[in-house]
Amino acid sequence: MFGRLLSRDYPGNGLLTALAGALVVAMVAAPFLGWGPSVLNLLVKVAIYSILVASFDLMLGYTGIISFAHTMFFGLGAYGVAIGSRLLGPGWTSMALGLVSALVLSVALAVLIGLFSMRVRTIFFAMITLAVATVFSVLVTQFHGITGGQDGILFRVPRELTAAFRPFTLFGTQVNGVVLSYFLILFASAILFCAMLRIVNSPFGRVLQAIRENEFRAEALGFSVLSHRLAIGALAAIFACLAGGLNAIWLRFISPDVTLSLQIMLDILLIVVIGGMGTLYGALIGAGLFVIAENYLMQVIQYTADAFGNVPLVSILVQPQRWMFWLGILFVLSVYYFPEGVVGRLRDWTKSRAKLGLDGETLEASTTITSADV
Amino acid sequence: MRTDGNNLPPTGGRWDWTPVLLLPIAGAAGLLLTPSLSTWITLTSAGLAMGMLIFLVASGLTVVFGLMDVLNFGHGAFITVGAYAAFTAMAMTPGLVNSPALSDNLIALLVALAAAAASGAIVGLLFERLFVRKVYGDHLKQILVTMGGMIIIEQVVLMIWGPQERLVALPPALRGVVPLGEATIEKYRLLVIVVGLALFAGMALVLSRTRIGLLIRAGVEDHEMVRALGYRIRRLFVCVFVAGAALAGIGGVMWVLYRGTLSAGIGDELITLVFIVIVLGGLGSIVGCFVGALLVAVISNYTAFLVPSMALVSTLVVMVGVLLWRPSGLYPLK
Amino acid sequence: MTEAVLQLSGVHTHIGQYHILHGIDFVVPEGEITVLLGRNGAGKTTTLRTIMGLWRASRGEIIFAGQNLVARETDQIARAGIAYVPENMGIFGGLTVRENMVLAARAGLFDHRRLDWLLDLFPPLRTFWDLPAVYLSGGQKQMLSVARALIEEHKLYLVDEPTKGIAPAIVDNMIAAFEELKRARITVLLVEQNFEFASALGDNAVVMDNGRVVDSSPMSALAADATRQEALLGLAFEADRG
Repeated sequence: MFGRLLSRDYPGNGLLTALAGALVVAMVAAPFLGWGPSVLNLLVKVAIYSILVASFDLMLGYTGIISFAHTMFFGLGAYGVAIGSRLLGPGWTSMALGLVSALVLSVALAVLIGLFSMRVRTIFFAMITLAVATVFSVLVTQFHGITGGQDGILFRVPRELTAAFRPFTLFGTQVNGVVLSYFLILFASAILFCAMLRIVNSPFGRVLQAIRENEFRAEALGFSVLSHRLAIGALAAIFACLAGGLNAIWLRFISPDVTLSLQIMLDILLIVVIGGMGTLYGALIGAGLFVIAENYLMQVIQYTADAFGNVPLVSILVQPQRWMFWLGILFVLSVYYFPEGVVGRLRDWTKSRAKLGLDGETLEASTTITSADV
Repeated sequence: MRTDGNNLPPTGGRWDWTPVLLLPIAGAAGLLLTPSLSTWITLTSAGLAMGMLIFLVASGLTVVFGLMDVLNFGHGAFITVGAYAAFTAMAMTPGLVNSPALSDNLIALLVALAAAAASGAIVGLLFERLFVRKVYGDHLKQILVTMGGMIIIEQVVLMIWGPQERLVALPPALRGVVPLGEATIEKYRLLVIVVGLALFAGMALVLSRTRIGLLIRAGVEDHEMVRALGYRIRRLFVCVFVAGAALAGIGGVMWVLYRGTLSAGIGDELITLVFIVIVLGGLGSIVGCFVGALLVAVISNYTAFLVPSMALVSTLVVMVGVLLWRPSGLYPLK
Repeated sequence: MTEAVLQLSGVHTHIGQYHILHGIDFVVPEGEITVLLGRNGAGKTTTLRTIMGLWRASRGEIIFAGQNLVARETDQIARAGIAYVPENMGIFGGLTVRENMVLAARAGLFDHRRLDWLLDLFPPLRTFWDLPAVYLSGGQKQMLSVARALIEEHKLYLVDEPTKGIAPAIVDNMIAAFEELKRARITVLLVEQNFEFASALGDNAVVMDNGRVVDSSPMSALAADATRQEALLGLAFEADRG
């Protein structure tokens, strides 16, 4: 059953499966272990970022396209839910309407941008999406009547998702609306993730990878590169949009900084590169590592800073604000020496061990394309 | 006997003026839409000045791309470094900077420009070696690595200068306006236009009259063939990259003086416009970049006056419009 | 026994995952015109590009002037004394005819007499001297490409299909140019599909198919044997061809 759910695309490595499994277990058990709201916050962020980064990986890792407009779709979903709730009053229908409008707009924009620039090269497309995303975020800040401008929008969610709603107790813990929304987001994320696994492991997904390897050959074999790219662009936009909506539901607040900022785009890039491009699990593990590190490493850095505060160079380099500096270095090093990311590396390790016959595991199916597949 | 072939009778050639005509057309449209001539003059001069700035920054980026098919997504780092280096240079010459005499101010400005260009060049050299050299031919990795490089450099800038925003005042003799009949043009904008034109002329001369310019023009079209003719195109490329970084640094200084404030994000602000301009002008074309930058800046200024919130959107619209007319940009290379 | 200017031994070339050249062996003797013949896709252009370093040989040796070219950069190979006239002509369209030629001239200065000789051989180049090369016709571009290679003396010329796409009348200009080269005992490795051109000028014939050398013999022998031609090239020489 697990196999069908994961479309037979397993983590591919013992350690990886253990990590992923532990993460999932932690997520499900968290509300009942009395860990408190900040932990729930963290885990929700992991779930949402997993979807956001995985949808980006659909384009980057599987099709070989970089789109800087990805945060735009994330923002659209969030703003859709928020504006819907604000205009029509809090409730399930208003959120749904907002989200659906956001989805329609996202797909339309994705297709439009794609038609305009995907015929041309990667770089062209990257630049245009960057321009579009920048323009979009400027527009959002300017039309503050609708969007709340730089300050954003605070809105209310349906009563069932608020702390006031206390339907029952489970495992000794009072289940309230917050816990319900937590599980709603977790459940939705799981479904979306499995959907993405389905997509990349389908014939469509294999064609995408063929296009990434050699688009001329794919075209020569009869696949329309343009329509495949348009399709994946639209799909990625849909997933990002939904992730945005979930994010809004949890935070009950949206603003350009939380959804559209360049910082988020950089975070996505960091996670996908370090986690592992073209794996989807890289997004999950990467998001987990990133969010946890972001939260706890800050404390470690602060501790180190306090301990070594007197050593001149160290005190400059080791400060909580320098987080980005070290991340940047880690990022560049990853692209050079570690392009397959954490997940890729672990999977390669498993494959090489299996080849040497060191354990009884069978060789995992490779996700790269051979001429026999296409 | 050896000659350089210039003794043969000239046969002349034709040049494509159509894209350049877009400028007077835009200008005329602006004239029709603005309420008075003096407003139009102010807006147009602001647009031209802004355009020059964008051109300075974009020129290096576009030639580097045309020559070696490398797009530096971290180009904004050079802008930032140049701006900060110049700021420090000006802080070290307060006498010249604050003096009421024009000559003193110009010297201070020259020093600042030199500092910006030099620091841009040095950082450019490092950047090429660390972040660009290893990713030739792989566009995806280029985008990622150069962005990473930019993050690192901007963080270093933050480490050295701190995160606070600073005010940067124009030297006294450069403030104020120059009257033109009823209208006025800001002195500084005029200076920017002059500097921009001078650098553009310089670039054009280098490209058309010098051997290195010839190599660049040839290399932009077909760098493989240039190598097959025996030229070390790697060295050429590093030179062009460094020159582009220096120009971006100069653009950074002039931009900071234009704005009045300096912060670490200054590179990111210009970069969107720069990308729009180089795509619109034709990747690899300096002339296209020049015309495109002026066009975008002027139209953006008119729009900012008429419908303020649409200024940035207008640049996107101009880009889309131009690309629908000429899919490879105003002056495509191939 | 004429000395070999260029010698290929066991040269393999891979482009991406495709194995194009499978162990190429042949020799280019000094002062002679060696022609690489073969069907489309036989690997002739790939061979030239490999020699020139534009594609890296994965195995084997390419010996020229006592050096192995395989590990070298293209610009080093060019400076070692090889001139290359590519299949796509390699003309810089935005540069004038003069500027195209200047790039190939040593230190940017022309040998006056040699330039005149070339301009007499290819009159359109004189006519369009200051015109951007993009305005030249296909045949004229081909002339420019060849003239550019000839403006200086090189130890070896690699020429890829100089008569491709040229009107038959202009082919005569090409033949004249190459006949001059023959007289001057210049070493040329020529790729040609036009067998009339090849057999008129070539001293040696190396036939390729599917990335391998399938025949290597003096041109006279191949030209006289129509059956062998048909077997190797899939066509027979026709007296009035071209």
